[in-house]
Amino acid sequence: MEGDDSLLTTEDNNKEVVELEVAPALISVHPAHHSVAVAVGCELRVFNLREGCPVTLGAESGEVCHHKDSIRAIRYGAKGNVFVSAGDDKLVKIWTTDSWRCMYSVSTEKKVSAVAISDNGQFVCYADKFGVVWVVELDEFNENQALVQKKGSPLLAHYCSIITSLEFSPDGQFIITADRDFKIRVTMFPKKPLDGAHEIQSYCLGHTEFVSCLAFVYNVDCPHGYLVSGSGDSTVRLWDFTSGLLLNTCDVGSEVGRLMANGTESNYFAITDLCATCDGSSICVAVQGLPGILLLTCNLLAKTLSILKVVSINGEDFIPTSIGTSLTSNFLWMVMGVSNLPGFDSSSLARVRIISGLTNCNSESGDQNHNILEDQQVPGGETLLQQLQGSLSIDKDVFSAAAEAVKTSMRNLLIKKQYSSEKREFRKRGRNDRKAKR
Amino acid sequence: MSSRIANAQYLTARESPLAKTAATSTMQLEEKIASGDESNPCISKSTRLPRKRFYRARAHSNPLSDSHFPVPISPHHVEYSVHYPHFFPSSDSPPDSKKIEFADVGCGFGGLLISLATLFPETLMIGMELRDKVTEYVKERILALRVANPGQYQNVSVVRTNSMKYIPNYFEKSQLSKMFFLFPDPHFKEKNHRRRVISPFLLDEYAYAIRAGGIIYTITDVEELGDWMKSCLENHPLFAALTEEELEADPVVKLLSSATEEGQKVSRNGGQTFKAVFRRIVPSV
Repeated sequence: MEGDDSLLTTEDNNKEVVELEVAPALISVHPAHHSVAVAVGCELRVFNLREGCPVTLGAESGEVCHHKDSIRAIRYGAKGNVFVSAGDDKLVKIWTTDSWRCMYSVSTEKKVSAVAISDNGQFVCYADKFGVVWVVELDEFNENQALVQKKGSPLLAHYCSIITSLEFSPDGQFIITADRDFKIRVTMFPKKPLDGAHEIQSYCLGHTEFVSCLAFVYNVDCPHGYLVSGSGDSTVRLWDFTSGLLLNTCDVGSEVGRLMANGTESNYFAITDLCATCDGSSICVAVQGLPGILLLTCNLLAKTLSILKVVSINGEDFIPTSIGTSLTSNFLWMVMGVSNLPGFDSSSLARVRIISGLTNCNSESGDQNHNILEDQQVPGGETLLQQLQGSLSIDKDVFSAAAEAVKTSMRNLLIKKQYSSEKREFRKRGRNDRKAKR
Repeated sequence: MSSRIANAQYLTARESPLAKTAATSTMQLEEKIASGDESNPCISKSTRLPRKRFYRARAHSNPLSDSHFPVPISPHHVEYSVHYPHFFPSSDSPPDSKKIEFADVGCGFGGLLISLATLFPETLMIGMELRDKVTEYVKERILALRVANPGQYQNVSVVRTNSMKYIPNYFEKSQLSKMFFLFPDPHFKEKNHRRRVISPFLLDEYAYAIRAGGIIYTITDVEELGDWMKSCLENHPLFAALTEEELEADPVVKLLSSATEEGQKVSRNGGQTFKAVFRRIVPSV
C-alpha cells in the first residue's frame, strides 16, 4: 500500500470533501533575461523579451509537443540555451531556447515534482513523487534533428518521500534535494552521473515540516555561497551545505502572523517559494497567505538572515505562487495562478507582476527604491501580459478562490495526515490478521 | 482432574496451532494466578525477564506507513541521557563524548544486541525496530538485564523508528563502525522490492552513516534475498567484500546466525543461511 505519496483519496469513508487537485502557476526567467516562461496547468506560455513578442512553441518544426496534464516544474539552464518542463503527464520535455523546439522527450514512470539542469547544461535531472531522482544526458543538438526520446537513469533517492526541490550548487559540485520529510540532502554530483550519485556530502537537518524550496545565495566575495531553504514550518534557514551546519533561522511565520493580525484565521504561513537576488544581498520569499513578497537581507559574512520588510501590491490581493529572477536584471518576476479551479468560467488563472530595484536595497539605507511596475511599465507591456496571463483582466473573486485552492492543495500534498486513534482503528477494520485481544 | 486434562488435550489436538498456543499459555497463566502470584504476568517470575509471548506482533510491518513515533530533528537531538543514563548522567553532553557506534537495523527481540553488549562493553549500541510491541519487549529486557547485572548492559538501548527513512536523523556522517541487517523482510514480490531494507539507494545512506573501514553485516535464510543483498553491495562503489580470512577472524560473524531468535529458528529447522559482510571503503578517485 503506497499510502505515503498519494494525493487526496477520494473514497475516504467520512465527511471529507472531495477536492480537485489544482496546479499552481509557475514562472521562470531566462538567466540573461532573453525570455520568460509561465506554466499554468498544462499550458506553457513563453514571451521573448529581446524581441518583445510572444513565442509559439514548436512553431518551426510544426510538431505538436504540448503537455497533456499539469506542469509541475519548469527551469532554464544556467547558460540559458536549454529549458525543461515536466509534470503530471509523466513526460519531461527539454527545449532549445533559440527556436523553442522540443529537443528531447523523456517518459517517466511517475509524476514529476522537480527538475534541475547541471551548470554545464549537459545533464537534466528530474525527481518523481516516490523520491527517486533521475538523470538524462544531453548530447550535441543538431538543429535538423527530430524529437529524440530518452530514458532516464536513476541517480539517487529519498526513501518514499516526495522531492519538492532539486538544485545544483553554484560550482556544480553538488546536487541538493529536499523532501517532504523535512530533509535536505547534499550529494556529490559525480563525473559520470549515469552511474548514480552515491556519495552523500551532508544532510541539512533542522526543519520541522516539509521543505518546499531551495536557493543558493552567493556573491563575488563569497562565491561558494550558502544554501537557503523555505519550509512548511514557516521558517527560512541558511545552511553551510558542505558541512550541513545550520547557520541561521529566520522565523518568517511569527513576523507574518504579527503583520497580519487583522483576523486571518490561520497561523499557517508555509513558505511557497524563494529566490536570491543576483548580488547575494537579499532573499525574496513568497509566503502562503501573505499578499506580496517578504524581503530578507542576507549578510554572507556574518552568515545571517534578517527580515527587512514586506512589499505588498496595492490594489490586488496578490499572493505569488512562484517567483523568479535573472542574473542580469534587477527585476523580480512573480506569478499568481492556478489551473483546474472549480466553479469558475475560466478554469485557469494567471497574474504576472514585477518588482524592480531589489538589488539596490540594503539594510543601512532604510529607504528602498524598489517599486511595483504597473502593467504598462512591464517589459513587453500588455502584449506580454496577454501572452503570459491569457487575458488582461482578472476577476477579484477568482483571486481569493485561487489563493485558498493553492494553500489547500499544497497542504494536502505535503503534510502528513494525522488520524485520531479511533479513526485509525476504523481504517484498519478491513485487516484480517489481527489476533483476538488477550 | 485427569479427565479435565484429557479433555483439554483432546480439544487442543483438534484445534489449530494458534489456538493450541493460546490454550497452553492460558493454562500456564491460570496456574500462575492460581498459585497466588499476582505480579506482572508479562515478566517471568523466575528469570525476571519479559516473556515474549506477551509481546508478540505480526512479523511484517509496513515500512511505508508513517506511524506516529517521535523522530529526532538531527543527530544532536538524540537523547543519549535517556538511552544510556550510566554514560550520560546529565542531559548536556560535552562535545567529544561517546557516540553510538553499532546499529542493529530491525533488531527484533534484541538477541544480537544482548550478545554484543557484553562482547563490546565500552561501545554504545542501539537497536532500531519498527514494531511497537517488539520495541517495548526489548526495552523491558534491557532494563531487567541492567538490574540483574549491575554495571552491565548499560551500553545498549532500543528505539522505535523507521530506519529506512530516518537513519540520517540518528547518526552523523561516518559515525557508525558496525551496522547489522539480520534476517530482513524479503518482500518477495517484484513490485515490493523497493521496500527491501538493502537497496542501491539505501546503501548510499548507510555508506554515509558508516565510517571508512566500518562493516555492514547482512544475513538471511532466503536465498534470493541473499543474492540480492550481495549483488547490491558488490555493485555499490563504496563497499567492498571482506575476505574469508577476515570473516574467520571477526567474532561478530558467528553471532549473526546464533544470537537471534530468527537465527536459532533457522538452525533448528536445519536451514541454510546466506551472509554478505562488506567494508565501507573510500574509492580511489
